[in-house]
Amino acid sequence: MKVLDFFRKKGSGEVAKDRLKLLLVSDRANCSPEMMEMIKNDIIAVISKYMDIDAQGLDVQITETESDDSNSAVPVLFANIPIKDMKHKPTR
Amino acid sequence: MSEVIVITSGKGGVGKTTTTANVGTGLAMLNKKVVMIDTDIGLRNLDVVLGLENRIVYNLVDVVEGKCRLKQALIKHKKYPELCLLPSAQTRDKDAVTPEQMIALVEELKQDFDYILLDCPAGIEQGFKNAIAGADRALVVTTPEVSAIRDADRIVGLLEANEMKQIDLVINRIRMDMVKRGDMLKVEDVCDILSINLIGVGPDDEQIVVSTNQGEPLVGTNCMAGEAYLNICKRVMGEQVPFMDLDAKNGVLSALLKIFKK
Repeated sequence: MKVLDFFRKKGSGEVAKDRLKLLLVSDRANCSPEMMEMIKNDIIAVISKYMDIDAQGLDVQITETESDDSNSAVPVLFANIPIKDMKHKPTR
Repeated sequence: MSEVIVITSGKGGVGKTTTTANVGTGLAMLNKKVVMIDTDIGLRNLDVVLGLENRIVYNLVDVVEGKCRLKQALIKHKKYPELCLLPSAQTRDKDAVTPEQMIALVEELKQDFDYILLDCPAGIEQGFKNAIAGADRALVVTTPEVSAIRDADRIVGLLEANEMKQIDLVINRIRMDMVKRGDMLKVEDVCDILSINLIGVGPDDEQIVVSTNQGEPLVGTNCMAGEAYLNICKRVMGEQVPFMDLDAKNGVLSALLKIFKK
């Protein structure tokens, strides 16, 4: 490595690499909007059996997180489901 | 046993046609029987890159529609009689041909040729589907730019979904001066990001423009790109060829500079 590199900010090649790595995770994981909608509806149906949720405020998306056993990022399904009311007696 | 190879990229202008012309010519130089098919219906270019544009009588669509026999449409190369081109139609659309027709065409060509190269159009629509239909393996061409790499990744995904048996990567237009400055993605970075097997690295060589102007592929000539393409041909044939040092051509001045920079 050249001495000069210490004084220089990150090269644009490095910036491109970082941007691409992030971009491709979402590109690869991205399923069709129709499928995301289906996943969302199924989650609503299942959770609603046990508690009262705010279907409008539901947020489901695919992002990435650090993997536990390696340094690489792995895709995760992120779901934010606001609960309106806990049903004390499950429906079964 | 003949092999059917599609040359594809997703993004336009990264060097699919140039790669097809040079790999095809190079394989013929290595004594293989080769046919190149231009599948870019409506925007044909492989003929002009090969310098065969004045000899077209029939084209791909004529063959598929039964207006002529396959042999009548094949154009033999001036220098290499074992090298043929099946040109595309200039005044038709992509949907003039179906994937099934492409598979049948390729099957017929397998009887006479060792290598069948399919020059794929840019994009992921009908033309792409036609081009990959009959192929056993793919060369994905990209450049060290974010847009080309993103498209290449999408293409790899689509090829995998279509059960392509072998997918190899060609990285084109590398500029070592920019890589050294840190202003261009390194070959290793591109391979790391796309995680497919690397089969060739092409330098951004002015000679490519010169050779395209003249309609004579530069594969095998004494320049960096010429060597790089011949190496790709050998690797396509299964030979183990080490990757050349794209930085080697520099003169005394840059050699001195390098010493000082270390």
